[in-house]
Amino acid sequence: MRHLLSTRDLDHTEAVAILDVAEDMADVAHREIKKLPTLRGKTVINLFFEDSTRTRTSFELAAKRLSADLVTFSAKGSSVSKGESLKDTAQTLAAMGADAVVIRHSASGAAHTLAGSGWINAPVLNAGDGTHEHPTQALLDAFTMRRRLHGAASRGKDLNGLNVTIVGDILHSRVARSNVWLLTTLGAHVNLVAPATLLPADTSTWPVTIEFDLDTAISANPDVVMMLRIQAERMNAAFFPNAREYSRQWGLDEERLRRLRPDTMVMHPGPMNRGLEISANAADSARSTVLEQVANGVSIRMAVLYLLLSGDREASV
Amino acid sequence: MTQHIPTILIRGARLPDGTSTDVLVADGHVAETGTGISNAKAQIIDADGLTLLPGLVDLHTHLREPGFEQSETVLTGSRAAAMGGFTAVFAMANTSPVADTAGVVEQVASLGVRHGYATVRPIGAVTMGLEGERLSEIGAMAQSRAAVGVFSDDGKCVHDALLMRRALEYVKTFDGVIAQHAQEPRLTEGAQMNEGALSGELGLGGWPAVAEESIIARDVLLAQHVGARLHICHVSTAGSVEVIRWAKARGIAVTAEVTPHHLLLTEDLVRGYDSRYKVNPPLRRNEDVLALRAGLADGTIDIVATDHAPHPLEAKECSWAEAAFGMVGLESALSVVQTAVVDSGQLEWSDVARVLSSAPAAIGRLDGYAEPFGIGNTANFTLYDPTASRVFGPEHLHGKGVNSPYLNRTLPGQVQATIHNGYATVLDGELVAADTVAEYARIVQNARLSRG
Repeated sequence: MRHLLSTRDLDHTEAVAILDVAEDMADVAHREIKKLPTLRGKTVINLFFEDSTRTRTSFELAAKRLSADLVTFSAKGSSVSKGESLKDTAQTLAAMGADAVVIRHSASGAAHTLAGSGWINAPVLNAGDGTHEHPTQALLDAFTMRRRLHGAASRGKDLNGLNVTIVGDILHSRVARSNVWLLTTLGAHVNLVAPATLLPADTSTWPVTIEFDLDTAISANPDVVMMLRIQAERMNAAFFPNAREYSRQWGLDEERLRRLRPDTMVMHPGPMNRGLEISANAADSARSTVLEQVANGVSIRMAVLYLLLSGDREASV
Repeated sequence: MTQHIPTILIRGARLPDGTSTDVLVADGHVAETGTGISNAKAQIIDADGLTLLPGLVDLHTHLREPGFEQSETVLTGSRAAAMGGFTAVFAMANTSPVADTAGVVEQVASLGVRHGYATVRPIGAVTMGLEGERLSEIGAMAQSRAAVGVFSDDGKCVHDALLMRRALEYVKTFDGVIAQHAQEPRLTEGAQMNEGALSGELGLGGWPAVAEESIIARDVLLAQHVGARLHICHVSTAGSVEVIRWAKARGIAVTAEVTPHHLLLTEDLVRGYDSRYKVNPPLRRNEDVLALRAGLADGTIDIVATDHAPHPLEAKECSWAEAAFGMVGLESALSVVQTAVVDSGQLEWSDVARVLSSAPAAIGRLDGYAEPFGIGNTANFTLYDPTASRVFGPEHLHGKGVNSPYLNRTLPGQVQATIHNGYATVLDGELVAADTVAEYARIVQNARLSRG
């Protein structure tokens, strides 16, 4: 694996391989000493042009559990906020001897630009680029689904036949995009549910079904319901009238929760708006995988860092 | 100091209509045409195998001076124009200060005259500061030494319907034309590329075709209502071609341009987030490219104009969202037109002469381009080798910008010589030195002044 920029570029074999390595990494979390010596002497840079406590912390833990040296470079208060370009930042990090760069950026394609620029030769790991992709989030979601389905026998399995319904702001969601490609590659069927204003104008090339009505989608008995975070600023841009109406139409409230099967997974990438897109009952129910997702995120990020830094870097991902 | 420019004899050139001729150019004018011309004093240009086109006219160039000299200047931009076979360029108004007063347009025009690589005709802003609120000094610019006839807020749309109506009416007073940058601003907030399946996948803000088509539809109706001339800049969608075709059928005085890049490139190039492909209006679908070619072939679209938009390196060396919109296009225009519509059989060379010379000159009220090969007319020519082939590279760019989408692409054709006002600005495929060109330009200017 050369870089991890998007899940669209991952094939079935690569995707399953990452999930399997993550299974090995998950075992480390249960040891008394939660640390592997694998990446000792390697330097990982967390390059965060956009605030994200959760993803940044998850990558930090992952790198530390693999014994890598880790530096987090946040845009706030750094030279980046003083107008330094992506190019200068990247060249600076290259000169400092970074072995891998984890980048979070508000511009779609920023990770692609960094990987293809020649400014830095290290592998690039996309930790979320604008409204494009967030590949490790989709990988941890797939990992979570696989574990719930197959438990200890997960290794080597995919998500064949699983029905996944993703609800909310698809238009602006990099989580939704990465999940659409990855879950499809792993054999799942993805159903997107949102008001037409929060769907891309043309989804004809997406391997998904689309519905506007959440109640109809729930009647179809999905195996997974993934609720996306709704941003407050969307209300001011006429995407929907107000939070009340959104919650009524597309929120996972108690009534809708009751209609789900007991083993239907309720997922959310966090942070949640309780009472808006997801009710407290749904978030805290046994169906909810929210905390498993957080824990699995560390395992997935360990797996990806391991594959990028220690393995064969010829095959591009 | 000599008071004459060298006499030039072009031997054996093929004209756009397919016939062959020699052309003798003396004292800036076409002195003789026919076969077997000899002249002992003349500098001979062997044009065997070359096509002699009228000097190309670009109705849409960004020369960036004054104010953005790190991107381009009148000198560097007109050198790029000469290398592309252009003898006249219309310079867009989005400079700093904006070309919204007589002083600015006269300055730009006089720089063009002094450097001499091409005739530089400034375009005046429609509104003060391109702010879309108050009309600029249109009358003063029209009556200035720059004799402005084309007015545009290009880069921004004159989106206020009442202001657009007034502008159309007011320029009619001065036989001018409004060149509209058709982009409904609210529908294109945060727009980064063509809106469609690919923009959704790439997570880039969509620039929907309807944002262009709705403005064109409104403006052709306004032009009809007030009986004014309207020109549409850089038409980019199949729907726009349909609207313009409908307007022309109703007899509305609308003209339209398409850029070379919209005739060749599609949105698929955006997939790698290479900011050289970021342009406004954006690259569209293949269906749009085909409709634009058909529209150019059937006359719905009147002209090709480059929208040459140079930027410094740092404006493109960044993430897609942060990168500037625009591509350079002067040096590649003729080659791209050849590969997009001539080699495919949709346009003859006589059509190329129309869409890249006589028609843009007519829209801009630029004299001397109606009968380029007529005896006694000012000599503005381009000698072009359509059989050449080259891998387009930075060495083919002569302005300050290298933001060309064609780098590393094989393009047909090569401009061998450009004759502006009767003197060479390009010879043997190379630029003539700046001081030589400036001296020729001075002689021509003196001769014009002495004739009154």
